[in-house]
Amino acid sequence: MKKKSHWLLLLPGLLLILLFLVLPILRIVVPTFFGDGGLTLKGYTDFLGDSFYQKIFLRTIRVALVTSLICVVLALPVAFYISRMKSSRKGIMIALATFPLLTNTVVRAFAWIAILGREGILNNLLMKLGLVEEPLKLLYTEGAIVVGSVYLFLPIMLTSLVGVMENISDETLEAAQSLGANRFVSFLKVVVPLSMPGVIVGSVLVFAGTASAYSTPLMLGGNKNMMMSTLIYQQAMLLDNWTRASVIATVMIVTSYLVVGALNTIADKLGEKSA
Amino acid sequence: MKRKNYFLLFMVVLVYFFIFAPLILIALTSFTTESYISFPPVGFSLKWYENVFSNQTFIDAFQLSFLISTAATVIALLVGIPGAYALSRYNFKGKKLIKDLFFSPNMVPQVVCGFALFTFIIVRLRLSVRVALLVGLAISVVTYAFRIVGASIESLDYAIEEAGMSLGASRLTVFFKIVLPNISSGIVSAFLLAFINAFNNVPLTIFLSGPGVTTLPVAMMSYIEYNYDPTVSALSVLLMIMSFAIMLVTEKLVKVGK
Repeated sequence: MKKKSHWLLLLPGLLLILLFLVLPILRIVVPTFFGDGGLTLKGYTDFLGDSFYQKIFLRTIRVALVTSLICVVLALPVAFYISRMKSSRKGIMIALATFPLLTNTVVRAFAWIAILGREGILNNLLMKLGLVEEPLKLLYTEGAIVVGSVYLFLPIMLTSLVGVMENISDETLEAAQSLGANRFVSFLKVVVPLSMPGVIVGSVLVFAGTASAYSTPLMLGGNKNMMMSTLIYQQAMLLDNWTRASVIATVMIVTSYLVVGALNTIADKLGEKSA
Repeated sequence: MKRKNYFLLFMVVLVYFFIFAPLILIALTSFTTESYISFPPVGFSLKWYENVFSNQTFIDAFQLSFLISTAATVIALLVGIPGAYALSRYNFKGKKLIKDLFFSPNMVPQVVCGFALFTFIIVRLRLSVRVALLVGLAISVVTYAFRIVGASIESLDYAIEEAGMSLGASRLTVFFKIVLPNISSGIVSAFLLAFINAFNNVPLTIFLSGPGVTTLPVAMMSYIEYNYDPTVSALSVLLMIMSFAIMLVTEKLVKVGK
């Protein structure tokens, strides 16, 4: 009895996940490989062969990649600055940065509609300054989705980076500088490589989050800039095409596992090297 | 870092401006007298706040979101705490697999999870939308329980438990009298994060709505589709205040726990 008691503790969690996550997903994934009385990949060749869907798939990957990249570039210097602060101030800076995470994604996308809209704040400002004559089309573009996604996930990247950068000692930095590296070079050659585990953890979260966010692409991208998440909703709930929705679901799961798996492998390799 | 680095400082200011400007903008526009979002806002009125409280859809959606998110968080913790304990205190065959399984809700895109639960719970099992929401949200936040509570258990010295057991206490008594009080701050943090994420969830709950059963973020999204007025700004401010209050309370509780 004593030996088996851990299974009793694991049972509720296992039941919840097996019954309401694994089973429902198998129920939609497995049938996509059957058709015409046998195994088939027709659903996938149809989906990926159609240029309309190809575009949506590639856009999703592109937006998620660009968003992750921008988050890394913006967060690296800022996280470094925060990581060198006194711990009381550090706490405040992190709390401030994560405050937007407490509001829902609809609110955060709504704010960007007000900023990027045709008569939005940015266009008004540009017109007043005489920089443009006609309002620019900023909203309902792929760029708007990227801006909105960076806004959603930058705090997550910041906290992942501060976490690893705290462990870089001041001595390490001083050593680099005393050997003649200027601050920019020591940042690039010492701080950035030592922060890679955080960069990867952050990128996994940002990439996965962006690729599966729903309200941001819907509200900032509009109908012309669909992403996989808005596509699956459209197919499943508006067009009642559950077969296609299941194919999309499978493609999304596989992509998520591939990207996250690849990044984790890189992280493990880096871990071995530094260990 | 003896000399001030102006480039870094500039980036910090820029990024914090980027993070806060949109939220401040929303807050300011919620007090406007005009019926559209404009900046700088004109006049001062509280009519958009009145609008929020007289909108029955928002009131109902808030109640639903609040109750279901609380219930889902409690389920996630009830399931997650024993699971996290077993994973950190026992060694057994297949542990790695179980661990991966417990963290799999993070790997599956939430829209996929939403669609799968819609076809399974609502269409196949013919259960109500509320049940689907409860189960779906519990799954979507259960990893917070595993991760955060798991980390608190890991950081607790096992020797204390052994001491308790060698003095004759049963494992169960040790858990309730020694482990639980020591991980209470982890539990509170997990509760907070899980609740806020459940309450704000869109990609999952968008698939799980029915007549009269809509979560607040989804209700806000459909409101914006047809009305572009500062009511949503006012509601956003109220939600920010609520989140902030929850954060402060949790901070207090965590400190007391320590």
